[in-house]
Amino acid sequence: MSETTEAPPRQAAASPPGKRRLPPRDRLTVVAMITVPTLLVVGLVWLPALGSVLLSFTRWNGFGGLDTIEWVGLQNYEDITTIYPPFWPAIQHNLIWLAFLFVLPTILGVVLAVVLDREMRGSRFYQTAFYMPVVLSLALIGFIWQLFYSRDQGLINQVFGTTVDWYGDPDVNLWAVLVATAWRHTGYIMLIYLAGLKGVDASLREAAAMDGASEVRTFFHVIFPVMRPINMIVIVIVVIESLRAFDLVWVINKGRNGLEIIAALVSQNVIGEATRYGFGSALAVIMMLISSVFITLYLRVVFKEERSR
Amino acid sequence: MPRPRSAAVPRSAVATVAATRRSVIRGMALSGLAVGGANLLAACGGDDGPATGSGATVKFGINEAEGVGAAHDRLAAMAAAYTEETGTKVDLNAVDHNTFQESINTYLQGTPDDVFTWFAGFRMAQFAEAGLITDLSDIWPIEGLDDSFKQASTAADGKQYFVPVQYYPWAVFYRKSVFEKNGWTAPESNDDFMALMEDMQGKGITPFAFGDKDGWPAMGTFDILNMRLNGFDFHMSLMAGDEQWDGDEVKQVFETWRTLLPYHQEDPLGRTWQEAATAMGKGECGMYLLGTFVVDALGENGEDLDFFTFPELDPAIGSDALDAPIDGFCVAAAGQNQEAGKEMAKWLGSAAAADAANNGADAPFIAANSGASTATYSDLQKKSAEVVSAAANIAQFMDRDTNADFANTVMIPSIQEFLKNPDDIDGVTASIQEQAESIFA
Repeated sequence: MSETTEAPPRQAAASPPGKRRLPPRDRLTVVAMITVPTLLVVGLVWLPALGSVLLSFTRWNGFGGLDTIEWVGLQNYEDITTIYPPFWPAIQHNLIWLAFLFVLPTILGVVLAVVLDREMRGSRFYQTAFYMPVVLSLALIGFIWQLFYSRDQGLINQVFGTTVDWYGDPDVNLWAVLVATAWRHTGYIMLIYLAGLKGVDASLREAAAMDGASEVRTFFHVIFPVMRPINMIVIVIVVIESLRAFDLVWVINKGRNGLEIIAALVSQNVIGEATRYGFGSALAVIMMLISSVFITLYLRVVFKEERSR
Repeated sequence: MPRPRSAAVPRSAVATVAATRRSVIRGMALSGLAVGGANLLAACGGDDGPATGSGATVKFGINEAEGVGAAHDRLAAMAAAYTEETGTKVDLNAVDHNTFQESINTYLQGTPDDVFTWFAGFRMAQFAEAGLITDLSDIWPIEGLDDSFKQASTAADGKQYFVPVQYYPWAVFYRKSVFEKNGWTAPESNDDFMALMEDMQGKGITPFAFGDKDGWPAMGTFDILNMRLNGFDFHMSLMAGDEQWDGDEVKQVFETWRTLLPYHQEDPLGRTWQEAATAMGKGECGMYLLGTFVVDALGENGEDLDFFTFPELDPAIGSDALDAPIDGFCVAAAGQNQEAGKEMAKWLGSAAAADAANNGADAPFIAANSGASTATYSDLQKKSAEVVSAAANIAQFMDRDTNADFANTVMIPSIQEFLKNPDDIDGVTASIQEQAESIFA
């Protein structure tokens, strides 16, 4: 995005005023580089999104041709918000997910990164250990944690002699899943942040040390502000991760009984044996609207920065 | 969700694999592509196999992936036997069970195989109504398949669209050794049944193992209670969306269920059916209401297992109905080789086909065809066959007897809600009714 906004003035300054036309070959390249991605984006993102929006005002079970699609207006949205019990819990769970990821694993990941950046003994080993869960698929993570959480045969209940129904009790299972997610998310954030820290100019630290700043002060007043782009990336990743939350919950119980989240509801209605394409699309549209709020906020911040630079 | 039959792989592992594939499909569907025509299943390319009989090619889509054990081996053995007998080449397209079931809509509307594995019941009838499967009434009657199977293969228009091959009943399973040790016998009446459960509790054994983490197992409990309390006809008409879910009949089912819940394992929503089966296997629980696939979770051949059908609750209704889902075959209307497909479907219903399947795998199924050899059957299977043939009415299980949209998106969460909060029966039934009206409208 920044390239496109900056490109024209730079080019105008570089080329002599008046006419400077690109040779045909280059023009062709530019045209191809613009049209191909545009077609891909329109074909794979915008048209299907528009299709979903249109479908969300209909009732269709996927049998027969497009002529069997029945127009029902806002009924799907009305049903979702009034008589579809999993919907409001799902919204709530997505928000809890977002808040939790920010508060615990993200901060923990950042702290781990700062600690590991100090080149202590065995830091490579710790890096690998913390990063390991990120390599595993969420589906596999769900399976691994099942071994811990199973009520009758799980490790936790066996060791502590408890009978907590970690995955089945709707008051507990969301938190159990969040812990499993955090296990993975922490390593992810740690690695990104660590990479950022490695890129910080060492002379900044030296200068701060010369001025007599403590380690903590150096971090908050020198390193953290310098890391601004990385911080931005981390925030975006957390928001995206919490909206995309799906795999783990799906593996555990398909997003039911205390683990309702929007993405899982969409899938329940559209992907499985159930084929409520209209109803599922309406849920997907709601999810898209929520995402748009965050995307808009993010873009505003980014553009504001561009301008103030 | 499907009830897996003899799957050698633990269900949890299967689910893991399925989920990764599913997330791919999800990405596509969210962008509206799956609706259009992602044809994940139509793996076989478009080679042309024209004529019927010897030298022809039939494409055969099966819902068991290679390597899952007996379930796949039986189908593969049938295909091989058919080729040997008729000279028709069979092009096998083996797909993972869950993936097959969940992609069935796009599969049938794309370029499906000629013959494919499917289930009897509402979902078969729904495909028939939508014109996605071929009318097979000209290959019926099939020798060895009696009237009840013909009935189960018939759609609303009175024509047959299905060829049954096997079935498995849902019943109350128990360990013979545990019953012997405690001097218990299978209950004959409701009084016996209550006395048995009281005695079990007195001896510190939970009467019923119970797990509903996957959402579908508890449907079996609803089905049997509804059939015992309101009768088979009401049950089927309720499944078809023609009765009130918030009426007294359904409320009575939930009321009865509520009084039985103290005899069930606590916290069912976090427990898989395999874990519940293990609890029964270890003797922690006395009984378990499940399909015959309960054997798979115990990792044994079932010699120490026996079962009885759920006892009578209302003398006016009796106890002659049960869930016994039937598996079999359909011919896809969009299949390229209709005649050859029909021919093969007819053969698949024969005793010879069942024998080929049972001889070609480690574990046999219970053949629908009465002419099939029972030599390879375990005692459990022999008894299953007797019980099912003695039953007056056979239901297919809730998620096969009703609209899939309704079963998966309304009934699973609602039953789970009831199990969480058994006292709010009015709330649960009212919510089901509201959603039923919207879906069946």
